[in-house]
Amino acid sequence: MTSELDIFVGNTTLIDEDVYRLWLDGYSVSDAVALRVRSGILEQTGATAAVLQSDTMDHYRTFHMLERLLHAPPKLLHQLIFQIPPSRQALLIERYYAFDEAFVREVLGKKLSKGTKKDLDDISTKTGITLKSCRRQFDNFKRVFKVVEEMRGSLVDNIQQHFLLSDRLSRDYAAIVFFANNRFETGKKKLQYLSFGDFAFCAELMIQNWTLGAVDSQVDDMDVDLDKEFLQDLKELKVLVADKDLLDLHKSVVCTALRGKLSVFSEMEANFKNLSRGLVNVAAKLIHNKDVRDLFVDLVEKFVEPCRSDHWPLSDVRLFLNQYSASVHSLDGFRHQALWDRYMGTLRGCLLRLYHD
Amino acid sequence: MPGKLKVKIVAGRHLPVMDRASDLTDAFVEVKFGNTTFKTDVYLKSLNPQWNSEWFKFEVDDEDLQDEPLQITVLDHDTYSANDAIGKVYIDIDPLLYSEAATVISGWFPIYDTIHGIRGEINVIVKVDLFNDLNRFRQSSCGVKFFCTTSIPKCYRAVIIHGFVEELVVNEDPEYQWIDRIRTPRASNEARQRLISLMSGELQRKIGLKVLEMRGNAVVGYLQCFDLEGESGLVVRAIGTACTLDKLSSPAAFLPACNSPCKEMKEIPFNEDPNPNTHSSGPSTPLKNQTYSFSPSKSYSRQSSSSDTDLSLTPKTGMGSGSAGKEGGPFKALLRQQTQSALEQREFPFFTLTAFPPGFLVHVGGVVSARSVKLLDRIHNPAFVGIMGNTRSYKLLDWNSFNADEPETRDAWWAEIRQEIKSHAKALGCHAVVGYSESTSICEEVCILSASGTAAVLNPRFLQDGTVEGCLEQRLEENLPVGCGFCHIPYDELNMPFPAHLTYCYNCRKQKVPDVLFTTIDLPTDATVIGKGCLIQARLCRLKKKAQAEANATAISNLLPFMEYEVHTQLMNKLKLKGMNALFGLRIQITVGENMLMGLASATGVYLAALPTPGGIQIAGKTPNDSSYEQHISHMQKKINDTIAKNKELYEINPPETSEEVIGSPIPEPRQRSRLLRSQSESSDEVIELDLSHGKKDAFVLEIDDTDAMEDVHSLLTDVPPPSGFYSCNTEIMPGINNWTSEIQMFTSVRVIRLSSLNLTNQALNKNFNDLCENLLKSLYFKLRSMIPCCLCHVNFTVSLPEDELIQVTVTAVAITFDKNQALQTTKTHIEKSLQRASTDNEELLQFPLELCSDSLPSHPFPPAKEHLESASSNSGIPAAQRATSVDYSSFADRCSSWIELIKLKAQTIRRGSIKTTVTVEKASPMGEGNFRNRSAPPCANSTVGVVKMTPLSFIPGAKITKYLGIINMFFIRETTSLREEGGVSGFLHAFIAEVFAMVRAHVAALGGNAVVSYIMKQCVFMENPNKNQAQCLINVSGDAVVFVRESDLEVASTQQAAATCQPLCTGGEVTT
Repeated sequence: MTSELDIFVGNTTLIDEDVYRLWLDGYSVSDAVALRVRSGILEQTGATAAVLQSDTMDHYRTFHMLERLLHAPPKLLHQLIFQIPPSRQALLIERYYAFDEAFVREVLGKKLSKGTKKDLDDISTKTGITLKSCRRQFDNFKRVFKVVEEMRGSLVDNIQQHFLLSDRLSRDYAAIVFFANNRFETGKKKLQYLSFGDFAFCAELMIQNWTLGAVDSQVDDMDVDLDKEFLQDLKELKVLVADKDLLDLHKSVVCTALRGKLSVFSEMEANFKNLSRGLVNVAAKLIHNKDVRDLFVDLVEKFVEPCRSDHWPLSDVRLFLNQYSASVHSLDGFRHQALWDRYMGTLRGCLLRLYHD
Repeated sequence: MPGKLKVKIVAGRHLPVMDRASDLTDAFVEVKFGNTTFKTDVYLKSLNPQWNSEWFKFEVDDEDLQDEPLQITVLDHDTYSANDAIGKVYIDIDPLLYSEAATVISGWFPIYDTIHGIRGEINVIVKVDLFNDLNRFRQSSCGVKFFCTTSIPKCYRAVIIHGFVEELVVNEDPEYQWIDRIRTPRASNEARQRLISLMSGELQRKIGLKVLEMRGNAVVGYLQCFDLEGESGLVVRAIGTACTLDKLSSPAAFLPACNSPCKEMKEIPFNEDPNPNTHSSGPSTPLKNQTYSFSPSKSYSRQSSSSDTDLSLTPKTGMGSGSAGKEGGPFKALLRQQTQSALEQREFPFFTLTAFPPGFLVHVGGVVSARSVKLLDRIHNPAFVGIMGNTRSYKLLDWNSFNADEPETRDAWWAEIRQEIKSHAKALGCHAVVGYSESTSICEEVCILSASGTAAVLNPRFLQDGTVEGCLEQRLEENLPVGCGFCHIPYDELNMPFPAHLTYCYNCRKQKVPDVLFTTIDLPTDATVIGKGCLIQARLCRLKKKAQAEANATAISNLLPFMEYEVHTQLMNKLKLKGMNALFGLRIQITVGENMLMGLASATGVYLAALPTPGGIQIAGKTPNDSSYEQHISHMQKKINDTIAKNKELYEINPPETSEEVIGSPIPEPRQRSRLLRSQSESSDEVIELDLSHGKKDAFVLEIDDTDAMEDVHSLLTDVPPPSGFYSCNTEIMPGINNWTSEIQMFTSVRVIRLSSLNLTNQALNKNFNDLCENLLKSLYFKLRSMIPCCLCHVNFTVSLPEDELIQVTVTAVAITFDKNQALQTTKTHIEKSLQRASTDNEELLQFPLELCSDSLPSHPFPPAKEHLESASSNSGIPAAQRATSVDYSSFADRCSSWIELIKLKAQTIRRGSIKTTVTVEKASPMGEGNFRNRSAPPCANSTVGVVKMTPLSFIPGAKITKYLGIINMFFIRETTSLREEGGVSGFLHAFIAEVFAMVRAHVAALGGNAVVSYIMKQCVFMENPNKNQAQCLINVSGDAVVFVRESDLEVASTQQAAATCQPLCTGGEVTT
């Protein structure tokens, strides 16, 4: 006796969250059944393995049919074939677009192209995430990227509107799109200590302050591309380190203000010029695409690592950065206050986030 | 006569890409009705076209309006080649033709293609302007309402229930026309879909005409089926019950009913109603009074004229002297006369209803069924005796002659079967058949026609235009023994049509009831049930040799009676094993295949408080000397006893203990009983009419004389009960559960298994089939585990044998959640209540010990029974003399001979087996209201727009149906030539069923409804050819589109009213809140 056909169709489509997770994780039906057996479900429900097999198959088939709709979530809301309560629809979409930290760290900042897709095999082996799941996550990134890439308006809003994701997930996707578009390098060994959250945080700050959208909300690609003019202008900041008097003045203002307040004052005093040079040079170089890509590498090399080697506590880093950016206002010879604030305001936030072990 | 149909095409969305180059589509729409076609403009390069067309107007006869579907085709415009069809939408505009139903159809419809499935959606608005038609000789029947629901629809009251209507139309199946060889599968499928739609329309119109003739205004319990007879054609047939319905305008009138999830009593059950006249005199419809005369002579003549068998019913006037209840006797006779007069004029006093207004059902006799094997023979073939009378020769007929010629044969077939059902009912002393249904099973050229129902005696109050009013009615109702109105046997106990074991009703102690009761109807709302019910299934396979034509038909006819017998035995065993004594909603399906016959019976077992406690099952071995064997037997016996005890606990069956003492504990039955039955049936040589009633036995003996029997016992014990928290039944409501919460989940599950062709034995086959069904149920329980505690209601199994080694089982049911705490509370009060009652009963018992003792005596008035009487007397220790008083031996013999004559008569109709079983239903005691709950379901917060509920039940828990929008009757074909790519057979069918649901929901939503009730998947024919990567499936569904309102929304307004209306019902104070 072999089962030729075995289906279950409910007027309300049944969604088993556990099976959905297994499916998203890319397990084959037989693996999923094995995992479910291990979870002790048979003992809880008194079901047999055959029942579990049939149930799993059924759910997989449903998910497979739903997948087409999940690629364009608004379709899932308007389609008539599957009657799914709104809360369940939201769950389906949110879970489908959710991604693994390990995976996103591998892909973040890479071009979402066929070439990268070919590397998924390696990523799968490296992260232990099934190839199927890697593909889904990669395709999600790419799909979202394609849709919102050339759109007007806020990146997060666009993503939310076209993919019906939660606020949290939309922000993450905004970061992924932003990183993919600007191709920030995130894979270097010295960046390995950073989490996706760290980068996403930075991306949000940069989108808010450094893109075209920050000045004008009616342009194409406004949130995706950095404001070229702004980058161009950043060259002007070079005077802060190029002009020796200005640099000395800057240092003395900072040191006066921080004396007695930092546990690492002497180290700061000794390193001030290096640090300042590092930060300003990063700004000055951002006009080149290649240097934009290396932004995070530079920040870590030029600022995070020196401070860390001197064992600055985070509170000292915060005090220093606040004072460092604020004291520029008292430098009489410096005319680019607004530019400095736009640059440093964001950078300070990023650096504080990036500064950890 | 004229009507104007107006259609506007608004927009489309999610269209498929038809032009690969641009990834877009240039879509336009053709709107066709009858022979008129309109087109919209082409909307270039869009997958979401906005046509916003003008109103297309069709001026048509209302006859066409009823027959024709509106056909909307979406196409892709192509400048250089033929336009490609994207898909179609068929809209049945019938709902727009009744005044009270929908006024407009407007909404998004899935665009359906028989090859690709759903491809986008289209927004359409349809309206009908109907001019008043004063022509008396019209051919249309606009305005007659149709309901699939097999009870009086919720927001109506039945003024008159007229009775049976049936019709069938026949046509050539387009799939088998010569043109099919040259047209595409798509064209062929569409031709078929369109034809069936047309035939359904025509059928409905014709039935409507019959209803108008009967002066009714509605058809309730409308069941339309189609038979795919292959080359010999396509039959669409329908049956229903014509009624005159009155819309209930005041919502307060039935508010209490909507709180209770059960068959809403629109009126207060008249037993409790202090003034029964209030509701019958209320309606504005003019009612004619019909006077009845009660002269005994008339009663005689009527009886003789009405019975076409030789069975003469004993004059009821003579009954008073017997042991039958003193008040009951004459009353019964009176009632019978009236009912008879009302029913006699009808050709077939059948009712497709399964639930009735309170007081409608007076007595229930038992299940009657008839089957007939016919040959669908297109080659010239002279009639041959006994099996079939179809002599039609096949020619290439044009539509008209085909149409004219064909129905007569089919009509004759069905008429024959109905006649048989009617006579069975008469033999049971009943004048009507309720819960009536018909079905067919076709394999190649052999067709089994089946009909079944429940013989019953009805209250004439609802029949005919003579609604009895005034003093007569009052007298009637006063006379009805409270709560036992229909638990008494309708036939004369001295002249029983079959042997049965009668006892006094455990409720009123005055009238006789049988020991078990099988019915095809739902459990009456007012019946007192102890504990909960459960789904009981009998499953059976029989191998049969492959044969051609007549030989095949003969083989099948020969097998049928045995199958019926075995199915019945299985049902009885399982019922006893559950410790229950009655079956409701019994449906026996016999399916014919190339090389086997399958029987599947489903029913809901319950313990009726009015019937005696069922005895146990006793196992008897054949070789008593073998000690190890005996050990084995006793082991089995123990297992069975354990199972019974376990089941009693599981289903909370704790009948008042006193009743046990009264009957005496189950006594192992002498084996000769079953032998007697057998010898009796052997005595008349042609007997095929099997006596399947195992009555009269306290303990049921299973004789284990061979391995087969062993298997049977084993299979009895393999049925696993549902996991805790689950209940299942195939009736509308689960007896013993009445606090439904609002979550429902309707589903369809299909399984096909392939049998290994080797070593196919009956046993292996049975086991496979049993496993298939059990596994399917297990899967359902597992899938729905998140709904626990819940109950699977209206579990409907359908078996088909699509190919040699394939068995297909389709299940449709609804899972409903209920409140466990409430349930516990209920059972508690229930038990308390029954205990209370038991004690009072006990007192009564003590007062009438004699009556009780005599209860088994007159029950078996046939020669073989004498032996039993003796054995019974030795067991019960009742002096034989005492018994003798109630048994008149001289008339005894006469009756016996008439009984045998009856058997012979039946036997002449060799082509079917039939079952008759005794039945009684208990009438409401105050306890019935213990189940009544003045409680509304918890508010359902997330009822979002656009959700359409579907349920096979006639109600929606926690909600009130405010409007019926019309019948939904849809037929779809889906075909694929890329089976593998669509996920194999499972993927293909899964998608198709999901699509069918979607299309049903879309149509309901477009009518302005938010639910389908009484939903049924009438057909799911699946054929595959994996080698060719092809598959095809046909699905036919129907139901009633309704608007419902959540009770929580109504609550504020209704609370006071409900409280007020409830008061008379809550006399017992059992309302738990």
